Amino acid sequence: MASALKNQRIAVAKTYKLYIGGKFPRTESGRYFALEDKRGVVIANMCRGSRKDFRNSVVVARKAQSGWAKASAYFRGQILYRIAEMLEGRREQFIAELILQGSTPRAAEREINRSIDRLIYFAGWADKYQQVFSAVNPVSSSHFNFSVLEPTGVISILAPDDSSLLGLISNIAPAIVGGNTCIVLASESMPLCAVSFAEVLHSADVPGGVVNILTGFRAELTEFFASHMDVNAVIYCDGGKAVARTVQELAADNIKRVVARTRLDWAGSDAANPYLISDTQEVKTTWHPIGS
Amino acid sequence: MAQTVVNMPTRLPDLSNVPAVDEVGVNERVARFQSRSIKKSSKVEALKLILSMIDLTTLEGQDTPGKVRQLCQKAIHLHAAMPGLPHVAAICVYPTMVSVAKEALAGHDINIASVATAFPSGMSTLSVKLDDTRMAVDAGATEIDMVISRGAFLAGDYRYVFDEIAAVKDACGDARLKVILETGELGTLDRIRKASMLAIHAGADFIKTSTGKIVPAATMQVTLVMLQAIRDFYYETGKMIGMKPAGGISTAKLAVHYLVMLRETLGNAWMTPEWFRFGASSLANDVLMQLMKQSTGVYQSADYFSKD
Repeated sequence: MASALKNQRIAVAKTYKLYIGGKFPRTESGRYFALEDKRGVVIANMCRGSRKDFRNSVVVARKAQSGWAKASAYFRGQILYRIAEMLEGRREQFIAELILQGSTPRAAEREINRSIDRLIYFAGWADKYQQVFSAVNPVSSSHFNFSVLEPTGVISILAPDDSSLLGLISNIAPAIVGGNTCIVLASESMPLCAVSFAEVLHSADVPGGVVNILTGFRAELTEFFASHMDVNAVIYCDGGKAVARTVQELAADNIKRVVARTRLDWAGSDAANPYLISDTQEVKTTWHPIGS
Repeated sequence: MAQTVVNMPTRLPDLSNVPAVDEVGVNERVARFQSRSIKKSSKVEALKLILSMIDLTTLEGQDTPGKVRQLCQKAIHLHAAMPGLPHVAAICVYPTMVSVAKEALAGHDINIASVATAFPSGMSTLSVKLDDTRMAVDAGATEIDMVISRGAFLAGDYRYVFDEIAAVKDACGDARLKVILETGELGTLDRIRKASMLAIHAGADFIKTSTGKIVPAATMQVTLVMLQAIRDFYYETGKMIGMKPAGGISTAKLAVHYLVMLRETLGNAWMTPEWFRFGASSLANDVLMQLMKQSTGVYQSADYFSKD
């Protein structure tokens, strides 16, 4: 008996925490929910994030935003490449988590491959989207008239519930590559990859506060993601008419940009698309006087 | 040479009797204050009380009359979108800006506090410091925030520091005197406790933590030690002394913690702008944002509040 125990190693289970301002705190509310697999076996205890966790995230995201927007496009691209590199090195962990959440091994492999490729895709756009979307405009006066993109600011993202990793990355990457900072609510039914992805972000030198990831209940947090006055845009990906209505109504209070990504196929080309970047960019037009 | 100075206390307190401060005990006590839960209507009342206790401050070399006028407007109209708010207790400026503030605040019940005595270093002669004080009072300051000579205090010349405070108090006339200890330069809690007693005995109406020019500025630990000095003096003499933590208090949450500490150390009698102040510039907006959150249910953005 004693010798049998001696040879049996006890596995060290991971504590899944939140990611706020470059740190991994537990929820300030002290609440948790048990995540179960298909057979009802508990896989992990997840933090049930609260509105105050969200509020704290907005504060750090706001603080980080101007610095991140001022960083050169090249630098932001490098950081995205680095995230992809780190993800590549930890692919086995993500495959295991995807399988744990109900994915088949083949589907899990496909998803991690697409996720890494998606990061590389948006990293490549870092120093290109500005040229594509900017314009010199013809005007009939003595002005040089041009339009350029500027980041919208702080973005709250309700990540898709049905895509644990690819959907998450397809929303985060285009937001941050354009100089925004974001607060993301991970998939409620499949949140494991989101927390592990936060560790990837952390080891890829993404400045603290640029991406903040919460886990918790949609029904509880959606309202705050949409209503916070210091958030400049909100992205939602599912939830039907009721969610759409709630988000759009509450977002109207400070005229947030609302982006609906309810019909996107995350695996397809409509999610690998520079328009996902321009979704959270503002066009600034300048009239510069010139001699005739 | 017979020169009578009225109201000038001359008895230097026996500082060897000042009790030593238990730093671990202070830290634990402070941690307790931060665990109190103040919610809903209590929170709203606390936030309003905090607003009414603020000394809205601008002490920059770049201060202009326009900046001071703007600050005075803010002091009177904290946030037009929320009716029924109190105004702040005072505005706090340099002596040269007192006349500007007086004009801007005419007809309003808001005190004008002026820093004086070669603020912030205090490195000047007594006569210069007294002139500085008189100039501010003559221009209309109703409160004077003086700095102590930290160099003399640290060298052990308590008599000099004591006499200096007493002389400035005399120069203040009717204006209330706040004595800044600049706790960030005193080093230990024991010295802070000692300096508090010195200032109180020399005639301070208020004791104040910091100039805001030195880091660390106000901390809860330092403030607790000073509140305890005030309490012991009150037990001894029955005389109330005010407290003003200043610098570094920029969030409503932290300010509420200070109120809890005040309530549990000195009691209700001190919970008024007459006896407690916050020296702050960015605190007001954070409190206003919290109040708006309480009334609208929506988290606020600094974009919708006046910059000052």
